[in-house]
Amino acid sequence: MSEIPLAAVDAAILPYVHLGRSGLLPALHAAQAIEGWLPEPTAAHVAKALRIPLADVHGVIEFYSLFYNEPAGRNIHRVCTDIVCGPRGGDHLLDEACRKLGVRPNQPTADGEAMVEASPCLGLCEHAPASLVNVAAASAEALGPDRTEAPRPASIVGGSTRLLTARCGSGTTSLGAYGKYLGLERALTIGPGEVITEVKRSGLVGRGGAAFPTGVKWEGAASAPDRPKYVVCNADESEPGTFKDRVLLLDDPHLVLEGICIAAHAIGAERAYIYLRCEYPYILPVLESALAEARASGYLGRDFDIEIRLGAGAYICGEETALFESIEGKRGYPRIKPPFPTTYGLFGKPTVINNVETLCNIPLILRHGSDEYRRLGTEKSPGSKLFCLSGDVQRAGLYEVPFGLTLGELLDMAGGMKAGRELQAVLVGGAAGAFAAPNQLDTRLTFEDMRQAGLPLGSGVVLAFDETRDLRDVLRRLANFFAHESCGKCFPCQLGTQRQLEILDRAASGQTRGGDAERLQDVGWTMTDASLCGLGQTAATAVLSALQLWPDLLSAAPGGVGRA
Amino acid sequence: MTEDVHLTIDGNEVMAPEGSTLMEAAGLAGIVTPTICYHPATTSNGLCRLCVVEVEGQRLLQPACIVRASEGQKVHTDTERVQRSRRTILEMLAATMDLSESPEIQQMILDTGADSSRFPDSVRRESQLLDDNPMYVRDYSKCLLCWRCVQVCAEDAQYTFALSFDGRGYRTQIGTFFDRPIPETSCVLCGQCVAVCPTGALLPKREFLLQQGRRPDELGAGTAGKRRRRAGRLERGQDDPPNPR
Repeated sequence: MSEIPLAAVDAAILPYVHLGRSGLLPALHAAQAIEGWLPEPTAAHVAKALRIPLADVHGVIEFYSLFYNEPAGRNIHRVCTDIVCGPRGGDHLLDEACRKLGVRPNQPTADGEAMVEASPCLGLCEHAPASLVNVAAASAEALGPDRTEAPRPASIVGGSTRLLTARCGSGTTSLGAYGKYLGLERALTIGPGEVITEVKRSGLVGRGGAAFPTGVKWEGAASAPDRPKYVVCNADESEPGTFKDRVLLLDDPHLVLEGICIAAHAIGAERAYIYLRCEYPYILPVLESALAEARASGYLGRDFDIEIRLGAGAYICGEETALFESIEGKRGYPRIKPPFPTTYGLFGKPTVINNVETLCNIPLILRHGSDEYRRLGTEKSPGSKLFCLSGDVQRAGLYEVPFGLTLGELLDMAGGMKAGRELQAVLVGGAAGAFAAPNQLDTRLTFEDMRQAGLPLGSGVVLAFDETRDLRDVLRRLANFFAHESCGKCFPCQLGTQRQLEILDRAASGQTRGGDAERLQDVGWTMTDASLCGLGQTAATAVLSALQLWPDLLSAAPGGVGRA
Repeated sequence: MTEDVHLTIDGNEVMAPEGSTLMEAAGLAGIVTPTICYHPATTSNGLCRLCVVEVEGQRLLQPACIVRASEGQKVHTDTERVQRSRRTILEMLAATMDLSESPEIQQMILDTGADSSRFPDSVRRESQLLDDNPMYVRDYSKCLLCWRCVQVCAEDAQYTFALSFDGRGYRTQIGTFFDRPIPETSCVLCGQCVAVCPTGALLPKREFLLQQGRRPDELGAGTAGKRRRRAGRLERGQDDPPNPR
């Protein structure tokens, strides 16, 4: 092993030392960049500099998939083998990449130059099969033999409305093209109370999956007596099949920043964080240059500023309280609620945490007023919604539509199924969502209609499977995802995600045991009923919905079990 | 002076001091709530979820070790949903780890009618016994991740911070910094982790050796310190732990 350059570690982590514990993830990222991994002396050095117990630093490195405490390749090729990409070339791409290098997945080459990893969803589903080569996103075609600096992913945007996506795909993200933060200017004029009233009147609910009323959340944090207060933008988009926030952040960063500024003004926050998933490294320079422009124009930097924090490979950190723990430099364990973030959030202080898409609605509401905003959509689901269409449709991409279209109409917008193929099933809402059968295509895409149909709108995932897909393979991949991403805190999820995977592994290879359906029901309902956080509570919803729609799924021959 | 709250648990009217947990309130009504991770001396984290109960108006089951009793609450501790969750958690645990030294959990398995062999062919958490210090041995094949050892090593008691976690999810294991042996960590051999371990995953070294068939008179280590203290001398014996600092 080479001499450990502790002076280089010192230099790398210097900007984060003053943050103490909260600087741990940024410091580990910076230290890891030196050698491509975190040798013990490096980790010990970081612990000492930030005054964190050694054991805790070790626990943090061990928690996050993208921190390595043994040698990893200096160049890492991550291939998505999740529900969208895996069956659509991802598995093959992984094999090919390994074969070329003569290695197994997660095993660096002898010279330490390269490594290939199978990855959970990379949020590039419309480019399936997707890869991430170091910090560059790549579709299969873009991956030449010596391309390590592939371009950032193209945005494929469609739909019948272009409000949130007005500037998406335009190719420019400059503040000059965006213009003034007119929504913020109005917010500053009317004052925090009126801003919250306007957001409440708009009927906006969270777009991350939980659909909580945004204005109510803001009001809670605004009226909390404790100080300081924080705004957190949840950009940890990791729900398999979801890529909407990636497109918004890449193509229109100022829309997000303006939303954050308005939220901060409404609740009286002096600081905000954007927690960006580590698998979106190509967004970082875009966001940083947008922040620099916003500072230069005086929107940021005086009495309010925004800091970007990178995750490190953990789906659970999209759960709001686990995300706080992660910013605080800890393992991403979700907290018990209550207390809720509005009173006890980041650093134990009142916090508003909103999803990227939610925040992007805010400038529109403030600019045009809530009445105008409500002209789109339905009474109970006002506005427009972004849907991530992927899988076996003709034109996968991001689609913006007013609430109220049917699932079938949305699929038609994407050109329907590929030529000669029939729809077998749609996974809506993501891995934590549920399956819909072809006879449910008339379901209207609103919160109220979907709830009645037992389908979660979730993060807006609409993943289509044609009749050639083996749904048991899909379930196995879903189970694998949750077993990989369970944090391990509460027993139902820690044990249940593993048991669910074992049973569905059996089923996918045709080795079903008698009683497996009952086992899945008991495991699934126990996770749903008794888990501590949203991950465990939804880790079985897709599986349970599949068992309900296709009771013979486990015993049928592979392929086409859902055909009508 | 704290007020009392009035609630109904399984049809029994219960009066409990304000701030009581549902577990405490149920205890006042003579209802024993099963739990694995709860310990009165450690912070409750609601991990094992064996104590879950149904509270009317709540969509999901609630951990009785955490949720506070409140006025007018209607609580059910023995519904089908509660039973299924408790039973399934125990069945999954039995398929995961060695419960041979956990008589209380074995009793819970009997009480709930859980089937220990419900999940055949499961990947079990197995690991080598770690015998790396003079005070205690660690057998993580018996660990069910109640976190108590990590908690008493940290802010719940000792502020020693020798322990954390390896991995995550099902593959979590209690660990030291880069898996160093205990004498190379900040451990002060206070023994509190051993005291709060519910499953015998942490076992006093002497108890372990006696279990292995060693005779008490062979085990000098346990009495050497006492003899020296009596003689008023403070020199270090060979059997003593190295100074951890």
